[in-house]
Amino acid sequence: MELLSNLALGFSVALTPFTLFLAVAGCFLGTIIGALPGLGPSNGVAILIPLAFSLGLDATSALVLMTAVYYGAMYGGRISSILLNIPGDEPALMTTLDGYPMAKAGRAGDALVLSGFASFFGALFATIGLMLLAPLLSRIAYQFGPSEYFALYLLAFSTLGGIASKNQAKAALASCMGLGIAMIGLDNQTGMPRFTGGNLHLMDGVDFLVAIVGLFAVAEVFVFIESHGRESSIGVRLGKVTLPVRDLAKGIGTMLRSSVIGFIAGVLPGAGASLGSFLAYMGEKNVQGERGGFGTGVPKGVMAPEAGNNAAAGGALVPMLTLGVPGSGTTAVLLALLLTLNITPGPTLFTDRPDVVWGLIASLLIANFVLLAMNVPMVKIFVHILSVPAWVLLPGVMMISFVGIYSLSGSYFDLLLMIFFGIVGWIFRKLDVPTVPIILGILLGNHMEDALRRAMILSDGDWRFLFGFRWHGPSDGYEFYSAIPSSLLVLAVAGFVAPIFLRRVIKRPQAVSD
Amino acid sequence: MKLSDRLFGVVVILGALAYTAGAFQIQASFMSDPVGSKTFPLILAGVATICGLVFLFRPDDDPKWPGRLTLGNIVIAVLVMVAYAHALKPLGFLMPTAVCAAILSFQISPRPLPAAITGLGLSIGLFLIFKYALGLGLQPVPKAWLG
Repeated sequence: MELLSNLALGFSVALTPFTLFLAVAGCFLGTIIGALPGLGPSNGVAILIPLAFSLGLDATSALVLMTAVYYGAMYGGRISSILLNIPGDEPALMTTLDGYPMAKAGRAGDALVLSGFASFFGALFATIGLMLLAPLLSRIAYQFGPSEYFALYLLAFSTLGGIASKNQAKAALASCMGLGIAMIGLDNQTGMPRFTGGNLHLMDGVDFLVAIVGLFAVAEVFVFIESHGRESSIGVRLGKVTLPVRDLAKGIGTMLRSSVIGFIAGVLPGAGASLGSFLAYMGEKNVQGERGGFGTGVPKGVMAPEAGNNAAAGGALVPMLTLGVPGSGTTAVLLALLLTLNITPGPTLFTDRPDVVWGLIASLLIANFVLLAMNVPMVKIFVHILSVPAWVLLPGVMMISFVGIYSLSGSYFDLLLMIFFGIVGWIFRKLDVPTVPIILGILLGNHMEDALRRAMILSDGDWRFLFGFRWHGPSDGYEFYSAIPSSLLVLAVAGFVAPIFLRRVIKRPQAVSD
Repeated sequence: MKLSDRLFGVVVILGALAYTAGAFQIQASFMSDPVGSKTFPLILAGVATICGLVFLFRPDDDPKWPGRLTLGNIVIAVLVMVAYAHALKPLGFLMPTAVCAAILSFQISPRPLPAAITGLGLSIGLFLIFKYALGLGLQPVPKAWLG
């Protein structure tokens, strides 16, 4: 009954009026961010972090606000998918396949309500999964030493790029760049400056918030200048919103299956919500077969990807909280938030800061119900917000990004660095180099190097320690102290190589629509 | 033509070389461990070099680069942002924000009047939100004006 007492602690934190207000505000903001094309969960959360930080919120409040935004964005992404045929964010891509045809057939309201319920189902499933799985995983992770962590970081980097890019070398380069940028500044162990070029601004290293806002938000502005805001077009009209009870009842099996698939996809490091919704849609398409009519605008085709992507969003929190290794782009951004607040996620988080973890879980449960209310009866409000044109939205995003970073550091050097990251982000997007591994690299670079160096100190420089062997002197030889490092390394290699072969079998989600 | 990736490969390899050179510049400290400050950066530079070679010899197809006009627009946007970054402190929030937001808006949809209104609206609206709802210490106008 440890779980219940933990939950009670969580609700005692989450049910204070201020925290509750933050959760509701976060849900509202998040849904808007998700619904607006061009603003996804990762850049939405990214531009809000500096603001949350300069507001001086304490750790729990900031985390509650941001995860509510995160969950909200996952709900909101479907709105523009269904009404405009433009995914509000990447995971909502699969929802366009059946959502837009449904809307064109005059069932836009039904599609929105059904997908809203499916989102709720998936997110609730994942939050409960998080509640059950995270403490178990953190107990295992408690025994992890530096060589396990080094292997785990390697696993995260090798799998993260696999889905993000068509070209493994480009994903690997992005990871290297991020890790390389993390090396800038004072060396943790020796205190000597590295790669600063004598520039005083670089002594503290490159702030990951600057990189995140640059790569996500500023780069987005360039993309919009290039497309001249063509992306925002007029979509379908929304009629009356009613509750299609029969479709909902028939879709319970679909939602359950999709939630399970999505949750698992979310927990795997590096996979994230896009893969969750993709696998859920493809899986359900196979289950329903030819008669299911997937792709022609059927309710189940809207419910499957939405349950999948919201379940994955919750699942991705599991490795982020227990291991400190994020499973997706947005959780990488949330990790940045935690690190900014001086909280190091990892197995000790559950024992040292139970108020943070369980407060977060309780707020997620509350946020789910708030989001259901916002996204089903109140969905019309968000549909109106969708009509904000790009030429107002993008300058607004830009100014918020600038003020956010400026209020954090007050230095124009960081603003220039942010613009530089924006340019890099735009070029990289052109060249199909994923930017999420860069962020992850900047976030985890020092931890990864520390793990390596601590492992080598423990083993006195014997590299076999990284594979789980410990030297016990000439008479005893090597002891195979743990199978975890080598298994993780094998998974890392497999995770890096597999997409090269799988890509021929499983086509990229985009290829499905044509 | 697969020029973009080949060029990118060259840039990456040169960058990795520069990074390697930078790694050798790191000064040794009296505290030392078996790995040291150089090893991890050198591994990264090595992997990056391999990636660069892959781009050079097995490039992907070229992406669709924007025309000269759009590219010019993006350069202007960058210059405006850089100017904004420098202007924010001496000139206060309101004026630079209005100008910068208006120019960016004009670049996305080239109509002068809506762009100007967007600039003004965003500048005043965001200032009110930041200053009074979020309580950030922003300066509205140049310090000298306030006396």
